[in-house]
Amino acid sequence: MSAAIEVRGLTRRFGGFTAVDGISFEVGAGEVFGFLGANGAGKTTAIKMLIGLLAPTAGAATVAGHDVLRHPDEVRRRIGYMSQRFSLYEDLTVQENITLYGGIYGLTDAEIAERSRALLAGLRLDHAAGDRVGALPLGWKQKLAFSVALLHAPAIAFLDEPTGGVDPVTRRQFWELIYDAAARGTTVFVTTHYLDEAEYCDRVCIMVNGRITAIGSPDALKLEAGVATLDELFVRLARPAA
Amino acid sequence: MMAASTPDAASPLVVRGLGRRFGATVALDDVSLEVRPGELFGLVGPDGGGKTTLFRILTTLLLPDSGTATVLGLDVVRDLWAIRARVGYMPGRFSLYPDLSVEENLRFFAAVFGTTIAEGYDTIAPIYRQIEPFRDRRAGALSGGMKQKLALSCALVHRPEILFLDEPTTGVDAVSRREFWDLLAGLGATGLPIVVATPYMDEADRCDRVALVQRGRVLAVAEPAAIGERFPHPLFAVRGGERRRLLQALRRYRHAASAFPFGQALHYADARPRDVTGGGAVAAELRSHLHAEGFPDAEVTPIRPGIEDTFMALMGTPEAPAA
Repeated sequence: MSAAIEVRGLTRRFGGFTAVDGISFEVGAGEVFGFLGANGAGKTTAIKMLIGLLAPTAGAATVAGHDVLRHPDEVRRRIGYMSQRFSLYEDLTVQENITLYGGIYGLTDAEIAERSRALLAGLRLDHAAGDRVGALPLGWKQKLAFSVALLHAPAIAFLDEPTGGVDPVTRRQFWELIYDAAARGTTVFVTTHYLDEAEYCDRVCIMVNGRITAIGSPDALKLEAGVATLDELFVRLARPAA
Repeated sequence: MMAASTPDAASPLVVRGLGRRFGATVALDDVSLEVRPGELFGLVGPDGGGKTTLFRILTTLLLPDSGTATVLGLDVVRDLWAIRARVGYMPGRFSLYPDLSVEENLRFFAAVFGTTIAEGYDTIAPIYRQIEPFRDRRAGALSGGMKQKLALSCALVHRPEILFLDEPTTGVDAVSRREFWDLLAGLGATGLPIVVATPYMDEADRCDRVALVQRGRVLAVAEPAAIGERFPHPLFAVRGGERRRLLQALRRYRHAASAFPFGQALHYADARPRDVTGGGAVAAELRSHLHAEGFPDAEVTPIRPGIEDTFMALMGTPEAPAA
């Protein structure tokens, strides 16, 4: 499996504060990777570097085959992003959102038309193409936002708390969409506060105070630590020694 | 389960047949539940299920279309002013004043209720002490976990007799979340009844009893450990093989009631009645089916259904976009 993300000694300091402290890891193509950490652990800073929005102080990262420092534009062209609280325009219709994002991603009209059809059919949303996104149930908005983030066939999709607040059936439908995308070769990079959501990833890493303190499959990490849930492991690693 | 059909006078909260619509949307549909004295009661369900609407009715901010509710024995429509002085409410969205300091926010909320920080101090102390060192910091500059603690202090400073918390842990990390639930357990131990809404099923275990809420209806009310008893089928955890293909193989099995990803495992429910072997025979049969389907390493283990399993079995199909 070739690496979709390669991080070597990535570091970022803000004045005297080291937000990200020499982290190294790899994510394989088609892997579903969970990136976990408490508030202030350095997660957001690390991700900003990975998507070319912030220059590292030291170290290097290659994302989709491109160095994030030297070729941030190339990196950004090859990634998709879906935020925690929904990135589509509520007052536009489903089709208008798809067309808008297709244009932003630089797709041709023909590509947009073809991929819209495939996207709507895949989600069984054909009949709702003319509906205002704001009128869709939350779970559908999230599934649509995910599909739109994949519209330009990015190598890597960055998802921030993708299934927060949805019902448990919709949540599983969402994970099946993620697994389908991964099976087609898309790397899925998930950040979340909710450790039971992280249990669905192939591998996870846990950041504490700017460093990676655990990395591996959820089952292996739990077995090694002798805990029943990732939540227990996380609290043990992240809670300051009391 | 509640045996009594007549409201117990001592119940801090009694809801009977409550209904509320917003235009064509049914936000609450014939909701009934009762909270016992001193109980930490959870309303568990996804966003948009009606939890916030219910809270707004119970805190007298919204009128119901039908049904009745009493809080501390007072009617939510008739006795709204009496109720307001005696309940604590922490809304879902951070609703303190970001430009006021920690202490100024607290003083403001105390003043609104005609009291002072000093008078409420004993009640808020277990929580407020943790943020008191930052009393001069602007509330907007607090971390997520600290904001929650300030909001909780503000909801408690007038020494309410019942507390309503709407999704208090949304957006806070796992460590702060656990601390917050520890604080609630401590408050609950003082005898204060607490009603908490949460979309996170794993938080249900921290409650004395929970109501599962979906699309404006209550699906079940029970102690967290007993919720799994409502699951209608024998349930198995299945591992060993590529998840997507394994899932398809399970769904193809002729006795399948359902199969879902569940963390690293898959949960398979069998449509046949429970067997006398405690699921052993079904597990063996399913294992050989999976072996034949090309999963030589498949492991099948009978398990007890959890709250998410039960929620899924009771909720039916998710809401679809209007055709």
